[in-house]
Amino acid sequence: MLREIRPAIVLLLVLTAITGVAYPLAMTAIAGAIFPAQAQGSLIERDGKVVGSALIGQQFKDDKYFHGRPSATLAPDRDDSTKTVSAPYNAANSGGSNLGPTSKALADRLKEDVDRLKGENPNAAVPVDLVTTSASGLDPDISPEAAQFQVPRVAKARNVPEDQVKQLVASNTQGRLLGLIGEPRVNVLALNLALDRAAK
Amino acid sequence: MTAIGWLQIILYCAIIVALTKPLGWYLTRVFNGERTFLSPVLRPIEAGIYWFSGVDEKREQHWLTYTVAMLLFHVGGFLIIYGVMRLQAVLPFNPAGQGAVAEDLSFNTAISFITNTNWQNYGGESTLSYLVQMLGLTHQNFLSAATGIALAVALIRGFSRASTRTVGNFWVDVTRTTLYVLLPICVVYTLFLVSQGIPQTLGDYVEATTLEGAKQTIAVGPVASQVAIKMLGTNGGGFFNANASHPFENPTALSNFVQMLSIFTLGAALTNVFGRMVGNQRQGWAILAVMGVLFGAGVAVTYWAEAGGTSTLHALGLTGGNMEGKEVRFGIVASSLFAVITTAASCGAVNAMHDSFTALGGMIPLINMQLGEIIVGGVGAGLYGMLLFVVLAIFVAGLMVGRTPEYVGKKIEAREVKMAMLAILVLPLMYLGWTAVGVVYPSAVASMANAGPHGFTEVLYAFTSATGNNGSAFAGLTGNTLFYNLTLASAMFVGRFFMIIPAMAIAGSLAAKKSIPPSAGTFPTTGGLFVGLVVGVILIIGGLTFFPALALGPIVEHLAMNAGQIF
Repeated sequence: MLREIRPAIVLLLVLTAITGVAYPLAMTAIAGAIFPAQAQGSLIERDGKVVGSALIGQQFKDDKYFHGRPSATLAPDRDDSTKTVSAPYNAANSGGSNLGPTSKALADRLKEDVDRLKGENPNAAVPVDLVTTSASGLDPDISPEAAQFQVPRVAKARNVPEDQVKQLVASNTQGRLLGLIGEPRVNVLALNLALDRAAK
Repeated sequence: MTAIGWLQIILYCAIIVALTKPLGWYLTRVFNGERTFLSPVLRPIEAGIYWFSGVDEKREQHWLTYTVAMLLFHVGGFLIIYGVMRLQAVLPFNPAGQGAVAEDLSFNTAISFITNTNWQNYGGESTLSYLVQMLGLTHQNFLSAATGIALAVALIRGFSRASTRTVGNFWVDVTRTTLYVLLPICVVYTLFLVSQGIPQTLGDYVEATTLEGAKQTIAVGPVASQVAIKMLGTNGGGFFNANASHPFENPTALSNFVQMLSIFTLGAALTNVFGRMVGNQRQGWAILAVMGVLFGAGVAVTYWAEAGGTSTLHALGLTGGNMEGKEVRFGIVASSLFAVITTAASCGAVNAMHDSFTALGGMIPLINMQLGEIIVGGVGAGLYGMLLFVVLAIFVAGLMVGRTPEYVGKKIEAREVKMAMLAILVLPLMYLGWTAVGVVYPSAVASMANAGPHGFTEVLYAFTSATGNNGSAFAGLTGNTLFYNLTLASAMFVGRFFMIIPAMAIAGSLAAKKSIPPSAGTFPTTGGLFVGLVVGVILIIGGLTFFPALALGPIVEHLAMNAGQIF
């Protein structure tokens, strides 16, 4: 048995060096050379400033922008570091609500959001993804229905015809891969950037 | 449920089955020490490693030596992880300036990664430096996976060899698995993941100014290289807190589909390795069929439950299924499928929050883990777990006809059955025992996030996941407390090693036996009757053990939900 001790130490260190140091560093160098934009986080710049990542949702509250899904992410409380406070779309602390199917807190939150959205657009059914929080709290997408639902509000706030906004939604809708894998979706940040561009 | 949803599921299963045979062929060559197409590049490196670490690759080990070598290897791995976590504040590659990780959290995480559990009491982006992610976690993702595969191969050798005292050389098995299987796949896989949008950088967290003028700090890091092995090695520990639901860990529908494939492929291929090594590939297919039956049933129930939604959603007129805790790009079907895959294998990565699943939709992941993660299972661990059930099923069949049972030419006798029962009984002792403590001990009760039966399920899920070395969670439970850090670590430890040691004892005792040719009285283990028998034994043993606990948790919650009760 004693002769197993040397490999237990040396082999462990060698394999650690290969898999824990050489592999991630080599991949960082290679990936950075082949896919520089993705490797850095698919960042989007406007007027020379980083406005976010194409893959990470951000909070929109203004009526003239399409809104993403509710986000349950948290941040440490500034006054008391042992507590956390709600901080939607905190991309440095991802997470979901973790509320279960029989949670009263969830039922109350859903009811409040549904009532608010019904007031905003009484003519359409409220899409489920617009009132439920995502798993990461950073979901960059909404369903095409959730985008359509917000068209009247956005068009009114921007004072443009609804058809024009609808066209932008359609051109920013991604379908399923090969018509099969995944779900149709609209990237909220991309859509809002397109709206701003169209307004110029 | 939609036709397109089912098509995605069927496509997934078809690809897994199609990959099983070619990958099984390649793996068999690797484990037998034969040449592969990578040998010209890797063989000199491999030989150099053996020379440098004093390994004689021709010298095989007794099962006890093999096990001791494995344990020593884990001790070293534990010390590395614990060390870098405690010291991360003074070590390099720490752009976010993370402080030292607390003792109990470091202990829990170190146990978690050496046991291939990857339970996350830490929040990756808010707790760990890049160095810990790479040197502590990525490396152990490789080595714990390689260990699992090595152990499965040793057990297979027990079945396939006759009248010998050895089951292979642990160091050689681990090195070859790492060099010839895990690393090459991960290199290609990492690049694919980066092409889909997963970051791979050592740069600082990004400061963005959103369109509405708010500040957003975006955590990045060397993510892709870790995600590749976390999936392929069924580890499941996320770079980020939200794991594979985070857009930077799983950005597209395609990355999700490939990640699901990579959880199952090696585990499924090992059934083919088993068949090849015992001289009849149909033996492997029969085992994969047992797994397939249980998997199909689980997917159907979870997909049905999640697509159906909850009574809270129905009352508000919301249709389209239970989207709380799910991402739009995955939707109901890919979230349900992922949840069943990740718990059938001992992966534990999540692309949706299981805590927010419907009662029945969340019960299937729980059952998958309580059965011991034998449906494909963790790389290696799934196969040796399944073989323990096969030993038991064969024993039951033998009792029925009054003959000494045989499996692939080996007599299954008292020692093997005792060891199999020991492994199978230790698991419920851990998760039921600790759950019982967890629901009465005051500081543990305070960790529950949901009230009513759902809170109970959170605790049961945590200990089940830890014992099964899965690592997924009903994440509402606050696990980063002294109580949970220590109790979960003990569950992970016992769940891993009290499964491995009996399995290795069986390997040793089988290898020493003579091989007997099949006769007219041999129970055929390649047909439907055998598959049905094993499924039956798994469900009866499992059902008797954990049905009472399920009745207190998800089942009562489902009934309460239908009665319109909320907590």
